[in-house]
Amino acid sequence: MHKKMAFSFPDEVLEHVFSFIQSDKDRNSVSLVCKSWYEIERWCRRKVFVGNCYAVSPRMVIKRFPEFRSIELKGKPHFADFNLVPDGWGGYVFPWIVEMAGAVPWLEEIKLKRMVVTDESLELIAKSFKNFKVLILSSCEGFSTDGLAAIAASCKNLKELDLRDCEVDDLSGHWLSHFPDTYTSLVALNISCLGSDEVSLSALERLVGRCTSLKTLRLNRAVPLDKVANILRRAPQLVEFGTGTYAAELRPDVYSDFAGAFSSCKELKSLSGFWDVVPDYLPAIYPVCSKLTSLNLSYATIQSPELIKLVSHCPNLQRLLVLDYIEDSGLEALASSCKDLQELRVFPSDPFGVEPNVSLTEQGLVAVSSGCPKLQSVLYFCRRMSNEALVTVAKNCPNFTRFRLCIIEPRTADYLTLEPLDVGFGAIVQYCKDLQRLSLSGLLTDRVFEYIGTYAKKLEMLSVAFAGDSDLGLHHVLSGCESLRKLEIRDCPFGDKALLANAAKLETMRSLWMSSCAVSFGACKLLAQKMPRLNVEVIDERGPPDSRPESCSVDKLYIYRTVAGSRFDMPPFVWTMEDDPSLQLS
Amino acid sequence: MSTPLEHDYIGLSETSSWERSSEKTPSSSSSTPSIEHKTTTDTRLNLKETELRLGLPGSHSPDRKLPLFGKDLECNDKSNGFAVSPLKNLVSGAKRGFSDAIDAPNGKWGFPMNGKSDVDLAKGPVLAISRAVLEGKNNLPAMKEVGAVSLSPKPIQDKKNHVPPANEHSNGPASKAQVVGWPPIRSFRKNTMASNSAKNSDDAVGCLYVKVSMDGAPYLRKVDLKTYKNYMELSSALEKMFSCFSIGQCRSGGLPVRDGFSESRLMDLLHGSEYVLTYEDKDDDWMLIGDVPWEMFIESCTRLRIMKGSEAVGLAPRAMEKCKNQK
Repeated sequence: MHKKMAFSFPDEVLEHVFSFIQSDKDRNSVSLVCKSWYEIERWCRRKVFVGNCYAVSPRMVIKRFPEFRSIELKGKPHFADFNLVPDGWGGYVFPWIVEMAGAVPWLEEIKLKRMVVTDESLELIAKSFKNFKVLILSSCEGFSTDGLAAIAASCKNLKELDLRDCEVDDLSGHWLSHFPDTYTSLVALNISCLGSDEVSLSALERLVGRCTSLKTLRLNRAVPLDKVANILRRAPQLVEFGTGTYAAELRPDVYSDFAGAFSSCKELKSLSGFWDVVPDYLPAIYPVCSKLTSLNLSYATIQSPELIKLVSHCPNLQRLLVLDYIEDSGLEALASSCKDLQELRVFPSDPFGVEPNVSLTEQGLVAVSSGCPKLQSVLYFCRRMSNEALVTVAKNCPNFTRFRLCIIEPRTADYLTLEPLDVGFGAIVQYCKDLQRLSLSGLLTDRVFEYIGTYAKKLEMLSVAFAGDSDLGLHHVLSGCESLRKLEIRDCPFGDKALLANAAKLETMRSLWMSSCAVSFGACKLLAQKMPRLNVEVIDERGPPDSRPESCSVDKLYIYRTVAGSRFDMPPFVWTMEDDPSLQLS
Repeated sequence: MSTPLEHDYIGLSETSSWERSSEKTPSSSSSTPSIEHKTTTDTRLNLKETELRLGLPGSHSPDRKLPLFGKDLECNDKSNGFAVSPLKNLVSGAKRGFSDAIDAPNGKWGFPMNGKSDVDLAKGPVLAISRAVLEGKNNLPAMKEVGAVSLSPKPIQDKKNHVPPANEHSNGPASKAQVVGWPPIRSFRKNTMASNSAKNSDDAVGCLYVKVSMDGAPYLRKVDLKTYKNYMELSSALEKMFSCFSIGQCRSGGLPVRDGFSESRLMDLLHGSEYVLTYEDKDDDWMLIGDVPWEMFIESCTRLRIMKGSEAVGLAPRAMEKCKNQK
């Protein structure tokens, strides 16, 4: 006999309450409370997030959430960004578009990361979703400007078209002209990744002119500086702007035109672009610097003195991306000028050079950690590091959520003591209790993994390269890191033992990537056999893994949990348990 | 196959600049019993590992079974080779570079010693440490030595020693062989940097990714032209990459069948009249590969295409004319 709860609300009330819950994690928790909450929640979930497009099938998603309006999908593993995943591995969005075209006609938003998007997919999107508003493609590839033309032509309600770090096949610059003259709803346009022939300037100017709600505009390198003034004058309401090339002849009329247009943009908060910078043009942006919260100079080949001048004009800066030309001295200046800094990324200007070309060391990082109390997120490329510096940084910044350090030469020891950097990174995980993301580098033994397993309880993503001594290292991480979702490892002596001993852990994570490690195909098959809800993919272009001795290491291994079973679109160089005839009967 | 033989195949004993490795190699290859002893030690090593102690590898503990899916690790059959595998895996991992030379069906892809893949070179020091760990009872000093200065400059030295041909083409000691995907920088940024430095100097260190398409293949590939020194290397790499697409043998879904690919058949096709290697240059013209010197080629190539021979008929004369014009 069921007692009706005295407090039960009508479904509509609960739905209304749930509408305030936006976070995916919270929504998932809500759906687990009881069966009726599960039902109510699934009918009113408007945003779906799928962290691994192969973890679930489009039909399953549509079946559970029939009324979603926004979907975010991620495809290839993160190391695909560094060319470690061969082309053709997968991550195709087309099957998703096909299913949604029929079943979710009111879809408004599609956000994709590291997926293969074809022109066919874009055309299908353009045709199928009448109220389509937002297309964000991050690190995607496989399409050309023809696909963009289809979007431009058909999506009358489009608000955002954001192509960040995509690889687009350049066919013609006229896709922009496919936006009809009646189209005025653009709010954000990011075409910074496009090549040289892909943007028609006059079409762009007209588009910008009639879209009076445009807040974000990121141009590509091909847009010359002297044309930027025309564009800016048509969009004084811009909040985020990315220049094209920042080089022009030094002519006073061009300069004053440009500077004048810039100063008319009173709302600018974020700047990017700055390819090929001619330093004499930098003062043109000084008038807007005081309001800037985000500055991306990571393509700007300007030297430390100019950078110091620039950042000293930006007291409200929260986010800075910059090349290592800034040097330690520039970072010290940053530390004294920008007390609100939350995120810093320093990229290498000469990553393949053997000798340092700039004076950027661990000192710069220490300076920023000391001067910027709100610092939370760091990506830092450098050539030397010490445990002492890392301990100092850790103590200065207990609020770190993301810490990614890349010491360019693999296995570089502490330059002062010649010891491994275990203690330094150990301090990071010990002091930064909210650390969610960590990337390691330098000389590291199993010890650092013991520290990580012991202290990094909130760690969700760990990237490891050229580190560790034995399976013990991997075991520490898999058994100790309770919040671990993504683990990516390359060139470490980790093998079968730790993997098999922690097989159950793998189902609690989104994915594990291991390349150039010491895992045998035999272990992979065993793992796949024992764990039916894991897809164990061996990526090996050398041919069938069973043509080599079973104990021979696989080249690359990608393991992810899934409720969709084995995928149907595997290329020839991806081997799974199903490829082993001896296992067919088991 | 006994483990010592595998050591020889890795060639750790051949490459004397890996001092640590060559120190270890004689002791391991000469004393088979010590390897096997180490491997039984490894079994107990496994169990130690689960105790999360910082006990030095090689120290013994009372026997304890490692539960694996509820079963004991001990009772897994030896063919899985858990006990033996760590050494073998590490050993065979570096074997890769040479196994290509040994196992390639017709030896056409044999890599000369100097042309060892960079990944293997990077692996060398790793092996050195691991074997030191496995073989030494008192490892801490060994690790320290290995982990000290002698290790970190070593990769640079090793690479310089092992890749002299590459250095001939580049700007001397300032460049070095590159590990794939390291440092972790996105292609967009790498290509931007490369074009920056190309403007500034003649020797653009970095990488040069170009797309490679093959008529009939379901997807494109990308290759880094800087990793090859001549047309032959490029050609063999492309053969390897596209050999899995047996021409005309595609499943209905457009994906090629996996088994029964025939490298020799592809090479026949490539060397014969059916397919030709072409590239698109900076003027957007399609040219036949091989007409211009290698350095000129990589400077002007923006894209590669493995074209059906029938479509390439008109190319040859243009390529020759272009060369004449450029000269």
